[in-house]
Amino acid sequence: MAIVAKDGYIDFVRDKVENFHGNQLVLVSWDDHLLFCAAQAFPLPPEMPFAALVSEVIPSVFNWHDEFKDIDWAKTQWNLDGEAFSPDMDKSLAENGVEHKSLIRFKTPGLTGLNGTRI
Amino acid sequence: MAAKKLNMRKRYELLTRGIGWETSYQKMDDVFPYDTFEGIKITDWDKWEDPFRLTMDAYWKFQAEKEKKLYAIIDSFAQNNGQTNLADASYLSAIKLFITGVTPLEYAAHHGFAHLGRHFRGEGARVACQMQAIDELRHAQTQIHTISHYNKHFTGLHDPFYQSDRVWYLSVPKSFGEDALSAGPFEFITSISFAFEYVLTNLLFVPFMSGAAYNGDMATTTFGFSAQSDESRHMTLGLEIIKFMLEQHEDNLPIIQGWIDKHFWRAYRVLALVSAMQDYMLTNTPMSWKEAWDIYFVENGGALFEDLGRYGLKMPKHHELATAEAEHLSHQVWSVFCALGNATGFHTFEPSDEKMDWLSEKYPNTFDKYYRPRFEHWKKQKEDGTFEYLASLPQLCQVCQIPMIFTEVKTDPMQLSFRNTKFKGDNYHFCSDGCKDIFENEPEKYVQAWLPVHQIFQGNCGGATIPEVLKWYKFEPEDGGDYFDSQDFRRWQEWHGKDEPAKTGSDN
Ligand SMILES: [Fe+2]
Ligand SMILES: [Fe+2]
Ligand SMILES: [Zn+2]
Repeated sequence: MAIVAKDGYIDFVRDKVENFHGNQLVLVSWDDHLLFCAAQAFPLPPEMPFAALVSEVIPSVFNWHDEFKDIDWAKTQWNLDGEAFSPDMDKSLAENGVEHKSLIRFKTPGLTGLNGTRI
Repeated sequence: MAAKKLNMRKRYELLTRGIGWETSYQKMDDVFPYDTFEGIKITDWDKWEDPFRLTMDAYWKFQAEKEKKLYAIIDSFAQNNGQTNLADASYLSAIKLFITGVTPLEYAAHHGFAHLGRHFRGEGARVACQMQAIDELRHAQTQIHTISHYNKHFTGLHDPFYQSDRVWYLSVPKSFGEDALSAGPFEFITSISFAFEYVLTNLLFVPFMSGAAYNGDMATTTFGFSAQSDESRHMTLGLEIIKFMLEQHEDNLPIIQGWIDKHFWRAYRVLALVSAMQDYMLTNTPMSWKEAWDIYFVENGGALFEDLGRYGLKMPKHHELATAEAEHLSHQVWSVFCALGNATGFHTFEPSDEKMDWLSEKYPNTFDKYYRPRFEHWKKQKEDGTFEYLASLPQLCQVCQIPMIFTEVKTDPMQLSFRNTKFKGDNYHFCSDGCKDIFENEPEKYVQAWLPVHQIFQGNCGGATIPEVLKWYKFEPEDGGDYFDSQDFRRWQEWHGKDEPAKTGSDN
């Protein structure tokens, strides 16, 4: 449906990727860890290797949780924009299909929050 | 010759309906350029019934009386140091959220009604909107005057309007107001007068006014009452405009239903902040969010829509989800404020043991099972000295702008609710089907949303670090953080002769 407006309507998108100074916005959520309350947002260069997301970006925030140190990354299950996916760690975010404002979710089998409470 | 005294109806006719005329030098459509483009068909503006038949001169007289009473009470509250008789200084978090979140919305409502007071073609509707414009300005003003007394004694109350334009959680009410303001006049009045004031307003007034009374805040209670007598007039206007539009033309029904669906959901999401105010920020709580929702929405709202069913109007879309969320809402909102409590302009705190038991009792299906563990965890971390705030920025919903904290309450309450769509090649995210529907009906509008998190990353909010952003918000270092580490708490202890700051301060 299109908007009903008096005289035309300005065509303006506030969050175009060009406005992020070479970065794109990437959203990351750790399933079954609701202490984080929501997915977290990061401005990242599209050429960043996926491996750096795992070794640098994700720990910078998600190590807030006591279970973070127990994660076995080899067993982690990934989901990109609603589809299960196996990231190629050596390839970039863009090459892995991570777009501006993509949502990456990861699940850590065996780790289901403090005392298994999913928080 | 002695002037003959006119009866009220006659006076109303002369002083209201008598001031309009059919223009001849200019076309009516040029004089009133905004009241047709939305597609609402009005065949006879004279059918507009003003249930109050209030004339401007009578209005001024009533309002002046109310002001006199209100200011007398505010003055005596200040002279008697009423702030020392509050239940607890942590109660002020609710007032801080109110003045920064709700008062600017009163001002926005004033702005919108002033526009309608000029641009509706029917003079009866125009005069009703002019009065409401003045009422809303009065609400903003009396709230500022009342709360300015607290600003002398407590933190976080110094820049509400400046902060309303910037702060991450204040974009929630602000964007709702601007959504309505940037629509046409009929949508605006459907949003504010009907969806917000008629259907949902009690959910704001109960925690706020009764909540104030329960916590010894007589100043706030008084201005709440002073505003509520205006509010009953506003609610009547909300119902009248809906009936008027529906009676004027059958083509109006689908348009109005669409607006009610949209603005019910928008306004309900704004009230998510109020749910946390009600269940967590108030020291003594008159009723839980869930109890208030059941009475004021499920029962009263249900009866209202049953009555409106004769016009073909249905309950707002997604109302069942809002009802299912009632057992989760306040806990989810307060959790995110506690996790990000270094970036709020009010103090956060884990509920006291007594409060936790009250929450268990009021939320027997959800609190112990889903929410108590996180508050107990943070509480323990604070006792051990290991607690840290979450130093990151959450994903926001493109429409309501709340961090995407809501969960699949009907199927799996511990699973975050993610909805998304693509528009012109870009990804957009929503907290719920309600927000996604709103986007998909008018994507051109919501792609312009000023989302605080995205603005920070675009470099528009004072810097890239949290301290820089907080400085840009004009949050002083003592405004946020844990209540028990605060200046407000220390001052409260001094007033009450407790020099040993006790961690259990809110338990009594
Ligand atoms: Fe108001
Ligand atoms: Fe109002
Ligand atoms: Zn939303």
